[in-house]
Amino acid sequence: MSISRRKFLGWIGAAGAGSAIGNTALAGGNKHFTGYPGSYAVLHDTVLCVGCRLCEAACNKVNELPAPDEPFTDLAVLNKKRRTTAKTYTVVNKYESAGKKGPLFRKIQCNHCLEPACSSACFVRAFKKTETGAVTYDPTVCVGCRYCMVACPFEIPAYEYDEPLTPRIMKCTMCYSRITKGQLPGCVESCPKEALTFGKREDLLKIARARIRKYPDRYVDHIYGESEMGGTSWLYLSGVPFSEIGMREDLGVTPAPDLTSGALAVVPMVVGLWPVLLTGIYAISKRKEKIAEQELNEAVQHATDEVKEKAEAKLSEALAKAQKEKDAAVEKAVKKALEEAAKSQAKEDS
Amino acid sequence: MSDKATTADKTLFTPFNVVAGFIIIIGTVITILRFTGGLAAVTNLSDNNPWGLWIGFDLLVGVALAAGGFVTSAAVYLFGMKKYHSAVRPAVLTGFLGYALVVFALHYDVGRPWRLPYPFIIQSGTTSLLFEVGACVALYLTVLFLEFTPAPLEWLGLKKIRALAVKMTLVLTIFGVVLSTLHQSSLGALFLIVPSKLHPLWYSPYLPVYFFISSIIAGLSMVIFESTLSHHYFTDKMDEAHLSENEGVTLGFAKAASFVLAGYFIIKIIGISFSDNWYLLGTSYGIWFLVEILGFVALPSFLYAVGIRDKNLKLIKWTSLLAVLGIILNRLNVSLIAFNWHLPSSERYFPHWMEIAISVFIVTIGIVVFRFIVTRMPIFYEHPEYKDNH
Repeated sequence: MSISRRKFLGWIGAAGAGSAIGNTALAGGNKHFTGYPGSYAVLHDTVLCVGCRLCEAACNKVNELPAPDEPFTDLAVLNKKRRTTAKTYTVVNKYESAGKKGPLFRKIQCNHCLEPACSSACFVRAFKKTETGAVTYDPTVCVGCRYCMVACPFEIPAYEYDEPLTPRIMKCTMCYSRITKGQLPGCVESCPKEALTFGKREDLLKIARARIRKYPDRYVDHIYGESEMGGTSWLYLSGVPFSEIGMREDLGVTPAPDLTSGALAVVPMVVGLWPVLLTGIYAISKRKEKIAEQELNEAVQHATDEVKEKAEAKLSEALAKAQKEKDAAVEKAVKKALEEAAKSQAKEDS
Repeated sequence: MSDKATTADKTLFTPFNVVAGFIIIIGTVITILRFTGGLAAVTNLSDNNPWGLWIGFDLLVGVALAAGGFVTSAAVYLFGMKKYHSAVRPAVLTGFLGYALVVFALHYDVGRPWRLPYPFIIQSGTTSLLFEVGACVALYLTVLFLEFTPAPLEWLGLKKIRALAVKMTLVLTIFGVVLSTLHQSSLGALFLIVPSKLHPLWYSPYLPVYFFISSIIAGLSMVIFESTLSHHYFTDKMDEAHLSENEGVTLGFAKAASFVLAGYFIIKIIGISFSDNWYLLGTSYGIWFLVEILGFVALPSFLYAVGIRDKNLKLIKWTSLLAVLGIILNRLNVSLIAFNWHLPSSERYFPHWMEIAISVFIVTIGIVVFRFIVTRMPIFYEHPEYKDNH
């Protein structure tokens, strides 16, 4: 049996890394997770979007969502600013830009973050970033705390507020059940303008870059979603600054789990060190008490000793005096007796 | 409100009972609406504003104001401040009721309350700060219950179990401080994930520290505030020790609160510097922020200090109310007022009256139960059979 030190350390390292990587994205450290290799994504070229709402209709159909209040053919709803709701996984909004003639359109749905805020925030792991790229949701464990909705920087998850006992979080699943069967997501399949392209994320990034390079006048030189919030599986191209089509440009590139990893890392430290510190404080205060008591006892002892000593001295003095007096009295008595005896002797003699 | 209501031969229709009964009836009706019509029927919550008053007030404020339990028991049992011993039981009781009500209130807010144990028994999301909050609150509620048990056990006359419960005091206290440190801070850490939604003056990487330190202020101030009220309404229940120690408790806790407030003020300033947010102080949110840290942090710190110097108990008691209001303001700022500040006002949240009614209902339940317990169990006095037995 010969295991070199190097080999042994290698095994230990591998075991450590294996258990650390697991299925969850590793927060903190210098690792940058760029998505599961070969995972899917969708490229939304907003320049090509005409706001026909066919994607909304297709989404509604394939996900068997309730019928909308207004039919999907009614384009007047585009005049209102809308967001995803419990009944609509995707909406198209209309924007005006000073630099462009005519309206601009953008489709809104879950961006399927590479390291999703919802999944990191969920305390029952109801959300999962699957290896396909889709972020899925499991209503069978969901408690309905809505922290995912608080956490999502894109304001996507919606909630069934009118369900009294069985409310679910509702959001786009990237048509997970369809893409695992080799089908396209409903919206992508329905788009007549090829404003939506489904494919592997790394390929889509190349396509997007090629479009920007080929038509530098048509596109802003940025792929939204390449690095926003650590990167998303839904990528966007635009002809105007993204803020003008309602997309936040201030989200930063830090994946959501990194925002909380520091606070979580402190937990075991507190658990480990607080009892030591507190027991220490307890011991110190206890010891102080003990010393105070000891000192008190000593002081009392000292005081009593002193009093005792004094008393003893006084007593012995008094005793000595008494003795002296007694002696004197005895002497006196003896003297007297002797004198008397001498006297009587003298009387007898005379 | 009169203490006569506690004697059975008097009428049940005292002003206190009438008001409390009215609130409880309304609360019950809204409870039925909530569990038949869903959150939409009784709240103004929306997809953009998933958390409202029931999280901002019932959870965040509730937990902060219930911090008196861990602060007082740590002071007495760990830091050796035995002269405050008579303050422990009321503080632990307030803490226990506070946490119990927080958990009760959550049943209204979450979608499927019977699944609240799921994170611990079905599937754990340990990357979530909410998991930490849930775990610590559940454990700490148990700790507070155990810390509180000597009182009902004395009331029931179960000496042996009581002796056992008392023996655990030290371990429970340490455990309680650990758990409180964790969940008080992680309530702040809940918002670390939303730098894009919380106004930068309130968002800070130090949020967990802020929440923990301010919970100590809340705990100390609540002990003073609660004892002021109790003295008003339950003086007849208090024994010699409680009454004679009270002035010392008030002065001692005020001194601590003044210092902690000063420290809190300093770390808030450090937070502005750290994030370089000075330029935001001139905005309307900036002025609101200044109102909070000058009016409800710096001012109470100063007033407490003056109160201690002059031995002015009245000033200290009013200051404790100011400090408590400051904590409430801070929690509401973080969770509601400065949250979603980027949204247009039409998409912002304002609580529905029924949300407010449920919060009032829950506070009322707390007061009724507190009253029930202190008029029966040895909270403000030592049980004659257990004197000098702690």
